[in-house]
Amino acid sequence: MNKTQSKWMKSMTGAAVAASLSLVSGITLAADTIKVGVLHSLSGTMAISETTLKDTVLMLVEDQNKKGGLLGKKLEAVVVDPASNWPLFAEKTRDLLEKEKVDVIFGCWTSVSRKSVLPVIEELNGMLFYPVQYEGEESSKNVFYTGAAPNQQAIPAVDYLMNEVGVKRWVLAGTDYVYPRTTNKILEAYLKKKGVAEKDIMINYTPFGHSDWQTIVSDLKKFGSAGKKTAVVSTINGDANVPFYKELANQGVSAEDIPVVAFSVGEEELSGFDTKPLVGHLAAWNYFMSVDSKENEEFIKKWHAYIKNEKRVTNDPMEATYIGFNMWAKAVEKAKTTDVDKVRSAMYGIKVPNLTGGTAEMLPNHHLTKPVLIGEIQEDGQFAVVWETEKEVPGDAWTDFLTESAKIEADWQDPKIMCGNYNTETKKCSGQNY
Amino acid sequence: MNINRGVWLVVISLLVLVGNNPAFAEEETSSFRTAIEGFSSSSFSKKAKVIENITALEDDRVLPILETLLAGDLYYQKSDKRIVFVTEVEEGYQLTSADSGEDLGVVSKRDVKKVVTNNGLRKQLRTQIAGYKLLSKKKDIRLAAADDLIKTPSPEFLEVLNKSIEKESEASVKEALQAARAVILFDSEDPADRLQAVSDMEGFPNKYILATLQNRFNQIEEGTYSEPNALVREELEAALKGLRSQAAWYKFIEDLFFGLSLGSVLLLAAIGLAITFGVMGVINMAHGEMIMLGAYTTYVIQLIMPNSIGASILVAIPAAFLVSGLMGILIERTVIRHLYGRPLETLLATFGISLILQQLVRSVFSPLNRSVITPDWLSNSLVVNGFLSLTYNRLYIILFSLLVLFGLMLLLKKSFFGLQMRAVTQNRAMASSMGIRTGWVDALTFGLGSGIAGIAGVALSQLTNVGPNLGQSYIIDSFLVVVFGGVGNLWGTLVAAMGLGVANKFIEPVAGAVLAKILILIFIILFIQRRPRGLFALKGRFVEG
Repeated sequence: MNKTQSKWMKSMTGAAVAASLSLVSGITLAADTIKVGVLHSLSGTMAISETTLKDTVLMLVEDQNKKGGLLGKKLEAVVVDPASNWPLFAEKTRDLLEKEKVDVIFGCWTSVSRKSVLPVIEELNGMLFYPVQYEGEESSKNVFYTGAAPNQQAIPAVDYLMNEVGVKRWVLAGTDYVYPRTTNKILEAYLKKKGVAEKDIMINYTPFGHSDWQTIVSDLKKFGSAGKKTAVVSTINGDANVPFYKELANQGVSAEDIPVVAFSVGEEELSGFDTKPLVGHLAAWNYFMSVDSKENEEFIKKWHAYIKNEKRVTNDPMEATYIGFNMWAKAVEKAKTTDVDKVRSAMYGIKVPNLTGGTAEMLPNHHLTKPVLIGEIQEDGQFAVVWETEKEVPGDAWTDFLTESAKIEADWQDPKIMCGNYNTETKKCSGQNY
Repeated sequence: MNINRGVWLVVISLLVLVGNNPAFAEEETSSFRTAIEGFSSSSFSKKAKVIENITALEDDRVLPILETLLAGDLYYQKSDKRIVFVTEVEEGYQLTSADSGEDLGVVSKRDVKKVVTNNGLRKQLRTQIAGYKLLSKKKDIRLAAADDLIKTPSPEFLEVLNKSIEKESEASVKEALQAARAVILFDSEDPADRLQAVSDMEGFPNKYILATLQNRFNQIEEGTYSEPNALVREELEAALKGLRSQAAWYKFIEDLFFGLSLGSVLLLAAIGLAITFGVMGVINMAHGEMIMLGAYTTYVIQLIMPNSIGASILVAIPAAFLVSGLMGILIERTVIRHLYGRPLETLLATFGISLILQQLVRSVFSPLNRSVITPDWLSNSLVVNGFLSLTYNRLYIILFSLLVLFGLMLLLKKSFFGLQMRAVTQNRAMASSMGIRTGWVDALTFGLGSGIAGIAGVALSQLTNVGPNLGQSYIIDSFLVVVFGGVGNLWGTLVAAMGLGVANKFIEPVAGAVLAKILILIFIILFIQRRPRGLFALKGRFVEG
């Protein structure tokens, strides 16, 4: 069934909803299944990243069904296509929760899509697993964040550059939207706290899909020739990366002179690059496909078998989806129901193995403990791990490096707090829900 | 690299086989073998130690090993940790020992493992190799070595530098070597050395030299470094001033080049539209997708001829023209010709076509970007001096865009098809009554515009990523250029593209990339208010027709 289903959706993504519905309900009886909503864009600009995650969820569902499903019922995936259109994310969420009555949703990639889903999912008391690294400053009762918070990606990367590479001058380059802006604000505060002078930090923003990097790379070269070790911390998003690295290589900036550490370049993105100009540049993630562990090997084998293509890579958001799915499955078995409130209370403290070895634990602030890895890009589009944290880093919803956020905490377990934005000074939760 | 290594291998084997007393050679080989065995370790600091140890040996075998390691081509045998060079053959790898140069036979790829390097190691390697290379016989190699030493001043090379400066006969290399020595001498205790250093640095166009002088100057100003010698201070200031004005001049040239290159990209993207929108008056929202098709054609051509990437781009140009051109003709015949004179419907229909084409590409090639390889002749840059280097891909694209523009002008002005085309666009009824098949001319004109967009796609595949969204990022800019330049005027398109490119690049360093784009847009809005027909408005009776 899955074969026909995925083929069908490849050719006609527009009709994905109808397709999966008719196919699925033809086989199983609706009442006997646990419904899993998949809210990832299959068309439009974000399809490039999100289609893979849709396939990952479908693979996990299939796998779980082979093991006998959950609570004696089969799982049933309900796939919708929000088409990279932010308001449509909210509408599709409403459809999933009200019409389809799904028990859980896996979805979203961009922060703006998540923000668009938030009011709906809180109003209807749904449960969303969000699998992408993001800027933090949020903790909703109805969302579990299985990607990295800034302290699980950006801050350790900067620590690595500062302590291991000896970087003294910093370029924070990003695309002009919420994730890079917030991350760079946090990083700037962190660097200043570590004693980096204002003049040794250069911040640069570029529009989405920026393709003409000549001036910026030339400036960066000039900034980097001041005699101190310089590095670029890049929050440049998606498509703009290829021309950026190409320009770096063409203008003769090598990774040894000025290394670039990126937070948005993973295996999947690299598979669409000509990797020659990128070799030696760095990326910080919580997972690399090249990590040698039993779990990872199994996961990759399963993925290749499912997608029927030995060349497809795995990446960090896929691992986050995998962890989220397994946690949810474990919590459902523990709670013996799919009722959102009961599953939620069962979630806290649940542990599942990471793909890189070690365990992920769900914290009361809806974030995970994660190992942080720094990898150097190799010619084959994979990463060689050059550094990793000694143990898992607990995710911090509200960063400690901005004065506004430092005093805010999220805790959905402690009965005295029970909110996502508890102010430790005034001892109150602020009015907003998330 | 590989040829280089091959030569070295021969040299080594000769040395080993012919050179010495065999017993002595064997003993020496085995000690060298143990010395480099550490490369098989997984610890980067151990490998760094090995590099340090063997470079002290002054052994002819060291340089090829270091270079191979830097290129990431050094392997070791899993069984006995012996370091080997490999050559890929059909059955696996042909191994050659790195210590004795002896042939170790062919093994499977699984039996050897690559010696992994990281940035730190590669940097160390580069410096060590630079030391070796200072003694090279080739001018370019010595020059590159001097440049590397300027970037990373290493006092241990002072003596080697002194020796090679004495021997050097090439003036340009000598200057670079002196500059490299100056960076080291700059920290000397002796004021005479420092004075020599400053005078060697004076007028040497290099970013790192400028930064070194600037830093020292700042330190003196701030009082963190005291320069006791007044003469050195004076010379330092003069040298700094000279270099700064040199740098400012080259920065201007560089900005101009950046501007022209951005302009040439805009021009390429817009020329096709200047035909379909400018000459025919069709608001073609699918123009960007024609560019995208051209870029994907490049990708497919590279898949077909993986062994000659360099030539693939040249093959891709006519291929992309055909693919996009035929697609253009198809669209014109099936959709657009029914909508002439109804601009709003055309806009909607072509927008729909653009979405269909994007999704088509997603289904056929997957939504992921495709990797188009940049051939070597389009990589790297032309180094004019230490302040100015022009990237080859941009240089070629500037030339290419002008070539396309003038070729097109020639076609329109001098060929019979051009004549028919102009006749049809100026007065359709008259042209038709003169026996011109206006329908066919329309189709071919649209095909021509689309085909040129395809060619633009080939060029863009070298600059940006090839994905389903490629076209969307250029459609707005293309319309902007055509409208700003004056609809229906190719000279206007040229001036508008270059003007916008240069203006953008001169605003960008001051205002940032985001603001620069906004300012340009505001300027164009205001400009169009004053001159709705653009820079070069067409005049004459047929303007309203």
